[in-house]
Amino acid sequence: MSADRLEELIALMARLPGLGPRSARRAVLHLIKKRGQLMAPLAQALAEVAASARDCVVCGNVGTQDRCEICADPRRATGEICVVEDVADLWAMERAGVFKGRYHVLGGTLSALDAVGPEDLRIPQLIARLGEEEVTEVILALGATLDGQTTGHYIADEIAAAGVAVSSLAQGVPVGGELDYLDDGTITAALKARKRL
Amino acid sequence: MLEWRDEGVILAVRRHGESAAIVEALTPSRGRHAGVVRGGGGRRMAPILQPGSQVALAWRARLEDHLGAFTVEPVRSRAGVLDDPLAAAGLAAVTALLVFALPEREAQPDLYARTVALLDLLEDESAWPLAYLRWEMALLNDTGFGLDLTACAVTGSAEDLAHVSPRTGRAVGRAAAGEWADRLLPLPPCLLGQGPASAAELLDGLTVTGHFLDRWLAPALGDRPLPPARARLVARMRRRFG
Repeated sequence: MSADRLEELIALMARLPGLGPRSARRAVLHLIKKRGQLMAPLAQALAEVAASARDCVVCGNVGTQDRCEICADPRRATGEICVVEDVADLWAMERAGVFKGRYHVLGGTLSALDAVGPEDLRIPQLIARLGEEEVTEVILALGATLDGQTTGHYIADEIAAAGVAVSSLAQGVPVGGELDYLDDGTITAALKARKRL
Repeated sequence: MLEWRDEGVILAVRRHGESAAIVEALTPSRGRHAGVVRGGGGRRMAPILQPGSQVALAWRARLEDHLGAFTVEPVRSRAGVLDDPLAAAGLAAVTALLVFALPEREAQPDLYARTVALLDLLEDESAWPLAYLRWEMALLNDTGFGLDLTACAVTGSAEDLAHVSPRTGRAVGRAAAGEWADRLLPLPPCLLGQGPASAAELLDGLTVTGHFLDRWLAPALGDRPLPPARARLVARMRRRFG
């Protein structure tokens, strides 16, 4: 193997999030030292996923089949669809393990600066799903940012005519948070979303 | 090392690398100004670096034409408006139009004061839509595309002004408009600073400012389209008030 191929591998690794040239070099060196236990299985897994990974035709999640595991699971047909910005958010919701319905990945948010409009997101597919599946509630799990909330309001308007309940995640004090350390915006949102005990 | 301190309103934030952000802010003495915020891509800074937030800024750079680095301290959050669809659309339109329209690093003390006053009103729906219309008039004026609504372009009279010429941006009296009236833009009294505006007048006013933002301002900036956030705000206002 030529040194050029090694440098090429290091350069590719350095393009991964969280890695720079130095840490990529360390990672490659580690892989080479553990060729049998780590590098070969990793290379095989990468090749297999590269060949089979695709977007779910229903929700936009990433999987290895046309329909992802969540959409293919009849137990997840609870009538609830959770709308998220991207696949990382879907995975975060799944890690929490509390939501038992299905998802819809928008692929971004409306953006005034980057001229991302409704036609650039998977909003028409969401509206189509409301008719095709027996959806009773759409839960908007979008970022607490101006773009995220603007997108949420837009979707709520678009699906109002479908007669489906629309809700959004609450905003406020995080678990383990202390008021003294919170910013004004979070405290404002928490106070507005207060609940009676 | 060059350094200045000023207050500002956050207009836009873009991730820069893994942990930093490039922030654009509107300041009174230096206008629209960008800088890198180290750690601006992290969770701690995210609530502060939201469009519309009022902040205290310190900018440092080695040379004047460098991008430089901002240090940002929170002054006032605008997160309270995010759960109101109309106010959130208003906030998005204001910040997007400022990024779109203003040159970099040119002092904007009047527009800054008007912008802060408008953002302060956003939680009062009875007041801010008219303030927004007047803010758009001020934006046109401060970018060199102000309308002349003081007197009729045909007769010179200041009485019974009812239209705006879409070509010249000058007022036209009702009698002088004659058979051309349907080719002119409406001139609601609120654009002349007269009294509170009805919903119809407000929407007429936005038609006028929208025409000149689109036909005068945008072509002068390289013929880019207006930010879609403005069209979304107007559409939402039509649904709410129309």
